[in-house]
Amino acid sequence: MNSRAATLAAAMALLAAAGCAGPERHSVVDPAGVQADRIHGLWWLYLAVCVAVYVLVMAAVAVALVRRRGGSDQPLTAPPLAAEVRRGIAVAGCVGLTVVTLFVLLIADFVTGRRIDSLAREGTLTVRVTGHQWWWEVRYEESDPQQQHNAFTTANEIHIPTGRAVRFELESTDVIHSFWVPNLHGKTDMIPGHRTKTDIRADRDGEFWGQCAEFCGHQHANMRLRVIAQPEAEFQKWLAEQRQPARESAPKSSQDRGKGVFMKSSCVLCHTITGTQAGGRVGPDLTHLASRPRIAAGTLENTRGNLAEWVTDPHGIKPGVRMPANPLAPEDLHVLLDYLESLK
Amino acid sequence: MIAARPDHPAPEPDDAARAALARTWARAPGLYGWITTTSHKDIGLRFVVTAFVFLALGGILALAMRLQLATPQGRALGPDAYNQFFTTHGTTMMFLFAVPVMEGMGLYLVPLMVGTRNDCFPLLMNFGYYCYLFAGLMLYVALVLNTGPDMGWFSYVPLSGPDYSPGKRVDVWSQMVTLVEISTLVGAVEIIATAFKLRAPGMSLNRIPLFVWTMVVTSFMIVFAMPAVMLSSTMLAADRLTGISTHFYNQAEGGDALLWQHLFWFFAHPEVYIIFLPATGFLATIIPTFTRRTIFGYPALVLSLVATAFIGFGVWVHHMFATPLPRVGQGVFTGASLMIVIPNGIQIFCWVATLWGGRIRVRTPMLFVLGFFAAFLIGGLSGVLLASVSIDVQVHDTFFVVAHLHYVLIGGAVFPLLAAVYYWYPKWTGRMLGERTGWVVFWLVFIGFNLTFFPMHHLGIWGMPRRVYTYLPEQGWHGLNLVATVGSWVLAMGLLLLVVNAWWSRRYGEVAGPDPWGAGTLEWATESPPPPYNFASLPTVRGREPVWEDDGTTPVVTGLATDTREVLVTTLHDAAPDHRYHMAGDSVWPFLAALATAGIFVGLIFHPAAFPIGSVATGLAIIGWFWPSKEPEPIHHEHERPAVPDGGGE
Repeated sequence: MNSRAATLAAAMALLAAAGCAGPERHSVVDPAGVQADRIHGLWWLYLAVCVAVYVLVMAAVAVALVRRRGGSDQPLTAPPLAAEVRRGIAVAGCVGLTVVTLFVLLIADFVTGRRIDSLAREGTLTVRVTGHQWWWEVRYEESDPQQQHNAFTTANEIHIPTGRAVRFELESTDVIHSFWVPNLHGKTDMIPGHRTKTDIRADRDGEFWGQCAEFCGHQHANMRLRVIAQPEAEFQKWLAEQRQPARESAPKSSQDRGKGVFMKSSCVLCHTITGTQAGGRVGPDLTHLASRPRIAAGTLENTRGNLAEWVTDPHGIKPGVRMPANPLAPEDLHVLLDYLESLK
Repeated sequence: MIAARPDHPAPEPDDAARAALARTWARAPGLYGWITTTSHKDIGLRFVVTAFVFLALGGILALAMRLQLATPQGRALGPDAYNQFFTTHGTTMMFLFAVPVMEGMGLYLVPLMVGTRNDCFPLLMNFGYYCYLFAGLMLYVALVLNTGPDMGWFSYVPLSGPDYSPGKRVDVWSQMVTLVEISTLVGAVEIIATAFKLRAPGMSLNRIPLFVWTMVVTSFMIVFAMPAVMLSSTMLAADRLTGISTHFYNQAEGGDALLWQHLFWFFAHPEVYIIFLPATGFLATIIPTFTRRTIFGYPALVLSLVATAFIGFGVWVHHMFATPLPRVGQGVFTGASLMIVIPNGIQIFCWVATLWGGRIRVRTPMLFVLGFFAAFLIGGLSGVLLASVSIDVQVHDTFFVVAHLHYVLIGGAVFPLLAAVYYWYPKWTGRMLGERTGWVVFWLVFIGFNLTFFPMHHLGIWGMPRRVYTYLPEQGWHGLNLVATVGSWVLAMGLLLLVVNAWWSRRYGEVAGPDPWGAGTLEWATESPPPPYNFASLPTVRGREPVWEDDGTTPVVTGLATDTREVLVTTLHDAAPDHRYHMAGDSVWPFLAALATAGIFVGLIFHPAAFPIGSVATGLAIIGWFWPSKEPEPIHHEHERPAVPDGGGE
């Protein structure tokens, strides 16, 4: 009866090995970067060894079940010595084999670890990511003191040039978060008071999703992150756009009236829009809000309807979120949305 | 003369002697007797039953969580309830179910297996049970009052600190953990002393039943691991208490958030072995019975247990591979985490060798043992993947780990526990659980379990983090989540059927007799259920399977008092008779002491003054507890040369 269970379990293990397609935007087994690729290789080595061990042990149990049923009920307190010695040798052999296998796995892990850590850093792109409850602040630093005006901040979206190593400096100002983009690399915790870093290189273009991987409170589930790996030229174009202050709105236009609503309301206390007097640092930078395809840390698509809902009742979407509800008159909301949608 | 010689078998104790023993060892009638009992069978079973109640409560929370996750953007719970539920689920399963149920099994079985009348410190055992019960009540009362902890059972600072978790939710957790660990420590002391000093004459160290060995090793692990969590949870409580506000974990004031993780995992990884090792003890007891032979490789199995216990304290950092630690330091912990595979491998190989050399009978307990092989191996082997730093940083804190830990804990501990329930239920109640129902229960549990947890491996490698209350439709996780939810209900049906069966069989089950399985350990040498005094005459032992080896000439211990609670203390190494020991009678003071102790911890949630006030109350209860008894304890100066029980002559 139980050999059937063994077959079932073995079949499921094979399914595990075979059915590794899954969602391609956040998958450990669909690597898009050199580190994830090396981990993926190691993963297959470990998985193959483990599946082999599982099959062998379960086969041994199944064979015993088939061959050793029935017989006398008389308990055997002193089994025949010769057979026991044979079994002893078999057990000792299995233990020896286990030790050797474990050494191979240990060395393979150590070598992979070393290779992951020694990512060659050609180019000096540094991105500082700060975890907040429950969104990501992303700052593109400028190492050259003369170029400080070129540093800029965005949120929940990281663009990187394909094929170039990027250093991520990670920190948190509140609780522990963990930075994780499965297609590119494993996790690095962001611990208040500890500066951590991770080097990542994407080897193919694409959009990869990440998510906070350390429980960080109420809205841990809705703390997502998008990494866009793109060709160097496209990346440079994006950089140039992001470095610009917010687009000016034409006087008396609905955008301009919306800007007025923004500046007179409590929005300015938390959000920054470069080039205006809004300089709050508590929430995400909105200078180029309209250029980001998703809002609320990846929870919603950036459409006018979603934006309206988010502004007026964020707690209906992310209960417990730090952003307060903003009951606005319909006319005010309308022009505010016009303004926000103009922040390309 | 304590033991009769084999050529002069002692006469069976007559009915008058049995009646006297029953009077001496029985508890007082009524509610008072129920509260004050010090019988290891009462309290052991009470631990087991209470733990199963908490399993049911934790299980209901899990079913609710599975409903929330069945569909993307589910609306069943919402984040606040979900976070309270998953925290309470984890806390319940680790602190209120898994460890206490194993302790309960130990408290019940160890005295029977070593052939004595009770556990060593009966009043302390009573105290331990009430600490456990009050801690559990504290958690669930808080949950019902919407004050259930919501920061995860691992309670990482700073999230659990005063700044990010205002209110009383974390305080409930930290005080409850300290209280329940008092109970765990008490049980550990109890089991070590009983197994070391109250063994039947002749049960030298190399003849101790393997289950007793696992309980001894587990108890030593508890003695070293639990203080770490009691210390860290007390420091957390102190950080949070207004008026004390220490800064142990506050980075801004010179504390450190990582300190918590080290202290917590130094406890919490050994905790896994504290749960798993007793389960291996069930296996090592059940497998010989159903293969009709002694276990293969007894010395190797005992040494593996001890090795697991030692190495188990050196692997905690594999829970912290994503934190900033040097690569070589991490490598050491990878090495240790892989090394622990060796003793566990030895255990598995020895069990398989026992199967190979035996004559297998597949009854329900054995069925669960076979289920253990199929399920635990998956969990154990996915643990090998997690030992690798590189693989771990990918799957750490994802559903892959959720799958892994449930394969280890359900496959590795609950399957053997269910085997043990089927195996020892006749001993507890005198009646059998249904064999046919047993098979239905097994298949429901086995299929439900795999349906629930196997897909979680995939969810993890597809990027689904743990502890998320929701996910988006475009993330592609809904199919497997729905499968898991369906599986959870199948699993629940199986367990429900077991409960129904247990309830029914108590009255109407087939009568078991003293030894329904034809097993070899001493608990089967007495009636089912055992009388209050366990054995009319304490047995002596000549090998590892005393019942199998008994040819009717095994001597028994005679000369113990029947009118006071007297047991035989034997030497640590050889279990040679040493002296007679008078055990304390039932008393209400341990209950009152537990009440006062619980009062300290409940009060500390609200005000630091609870500590001095509660300490005075506890002190008074302890004074009452140790107040000299009016009844003089019999003192025996008689100390003859102990008889050699294996008939070697004098």
